[in-house]
Amino acid sequence: MNNVPVIVPIIIYLLLMLLIAAYTTRQGRKKGGGFLEEYFIGSRSLGAFVLAMTLIATFVSASSFIGGPGIAYSTGLAWVLLAMIQVPTAFFTLGVLGKKFAIIARRIKAVTVTDYLYARYQSKAVVMIASLAILAFFIAMMVAQFIGGGVLFQNMTGYSYLTGLILFGIIVIIYTTVGGFRAVVFTDAIQAVVMVVATITITCAIIKAGGGVESIVDRIAAANPSMLDVNAVAKPNILSYWVLVGIGLLGLPQTTVRAMSFKDTKALHNSMIIGTIVVGFLLLGMHLSGFFSAGVLTGTPETSDSVIPMIVMQILPNFWAGIFLAGPLAAIMSTVSSLLILASAAIIKDMLLRFGKKQYDNRQLKKISILCTAVIGIVTFIFAIEPPDLIVWINLFAMGGLEAVFFWPTILGLFWPRANASGAICSAIGGVATFLLLGALDFSFYGMNNIVLGLAVGLVFFIIGTYLGPKPNDQIKELFFG
Amino acid sequence: MKKSLKEINKQLKKEALLTVLLYVLFFIWWYATAYGFADSPIRVLGLPLWFFLSCIVGWPLCCIGTVILVKKGFKHIDLSQFEEDEPDETATKQTRNGGEEANHE
Repeated sequence: MNNVPVIVPIIIYLLLMLLIAAYTTRQGRKKGGGFLEEYFIGSRSLGAFVLAMTLIATFVSASSFIGGPGIAYSTGLAWVLLAMIQVPTAFFTLGVLGKKFAIIARRIKAVTVTDYLYARYQSKAVVMIASLAILAFFIAMMVAQFIGGGVLFQNMTGYSYLTGLILFGIIVIIYTTVGGFRAVVFTDAIQAVVMVVATITITCAIIKAGGGVESIVDRIAAANPSMLDVNAVAKPNILSYWVLVGIGLLGLPQTTVRAMSFKDTKALHNSMIIGTIVVGFLLLGMHLSGFFSAGVLTGTPETSDSVIPMIVMQILPNFWAGIFLAGPLAAIMSTVSSLLILASAAIIKDMLLRFGKKQYDNRQLKKISILCTAVIGIVTFIFAIEPPDLIVWINLFAMGGLEAVFFWPTILGLFWPRANASGAICSAIGGVATFLLLGALDFSFYGMNNIVLGLAVGLVFFIIGTYLGPKPNDQIKELFFG
Repeated sequence: MKKSLKEINKQLKKEALLTVLLYVLFFIWWYATAYGFADSPIRVLGLPLWFFLSCIVGWPLCCIGTVILVKKGFKHIDLSQFEEDEPDETATKQTRNGGEEANHE
């Protein structure tokens, strides 16, 4: 197969990302203001559309485009039902946390979730735990995204894994490093649009190739009736996803930090609506495509991850396959860029500036921040070339691990006046230790995801720890509860 | 007219609770339709009834719910009052926000 056309849309798309990043970075520079607030949170200036899109683009990763639809191909509609648990993500995260975070972040000039945790609990131990969790889990997640993208690129273009990695990996590292948060969110916004286009392309193409929804579903049902059965995924398992990709999302720092970045409440309100519409569309379209593939695809895919690349190459002409490939690459790059800038913030803002003794002026801050982002990006990139087993293992537990650390300290800090540092420390350590230990032992509680037990233990530890420690002082009470 | 922080916090608590309420309603719809119609032989647009109701209908319902939540339950507050900057820095911040609006809306 002549592969040149597949790569043409990809190259155009990657160059476009660089251009947008360069343009928005210059816009941000012109506006002046403090470097840290600009580099790490974009000076809190996001409008509704960009806020909604960056939230979605950060949250929607390779798994929504490749992994999830691949499982829907073999499991059936029950897996699409599972994916739809994530539809409320935007309104839920922003509705519960948005305004509280916006007010507090402005009053204490917070640019990270850890800044908020420090203001609320006034404990260096909490900051250490939060920063280390962010670094370890984020790097593992970024490596996994890079690997996913490299494999996909190799399968669809015929070029080597390393070529793909260098192409999109280096570009995402460059624009994140140079442009900071503003470049991240504006490229995120475009990438979310690219994902929508890719989803429309593949969904329409599959339905057309299979001769309409009805005949595709008939074929699937004739071959394997359980594909239409809601019980194809066991109930305790699917219900536990309401914790892992449902309420637990309130603990993910990469999504919750976006609640600090919008400019006014109008932007917040509208982005809740836009976000819910778009995330539902992407999830439904991609997972249904995976399911429909079962009635359209000829041949047997090697792994569930190769279902979507295979069907795309079968039914789409080369140029359109390239347009589609931009979708998952966009999902990957937008997730990586957001994690990368936050990992850098964890080192510079949360650790160096808080624990270091030295004072820095704006120019020095700029230098070390950019250097730090570049180094984390390059380390991640090197890991992705030859992934270490430990990184791969950590990634399996990254999402649940972050939730186990951040969920209760974030939520109870905002809504429970009595919550204090000893509670937060006990909860974070107890929760993540429980979650990782159960994972390492391969233990499963009635077929549920271990995050359910992790968060349950975290809550109990939080309450016990809180009552063992002192009440929060008046300054904290005034700042958080008026 | 500035509201006190206490009043604002009361409103925010209400908004958070309403958000959780919508979340619970979505869960009930998702669960009740998926498992309540699991055995129905009816197919809509080729898809089983349970799937059509829980996912194809559930998603727009969730969007409508969000619109109602935001328009009826949420109130605008002035966030700039919380930017405790020196006066001249506040001024640059406001022009900054103004410029942003012109650029991106």
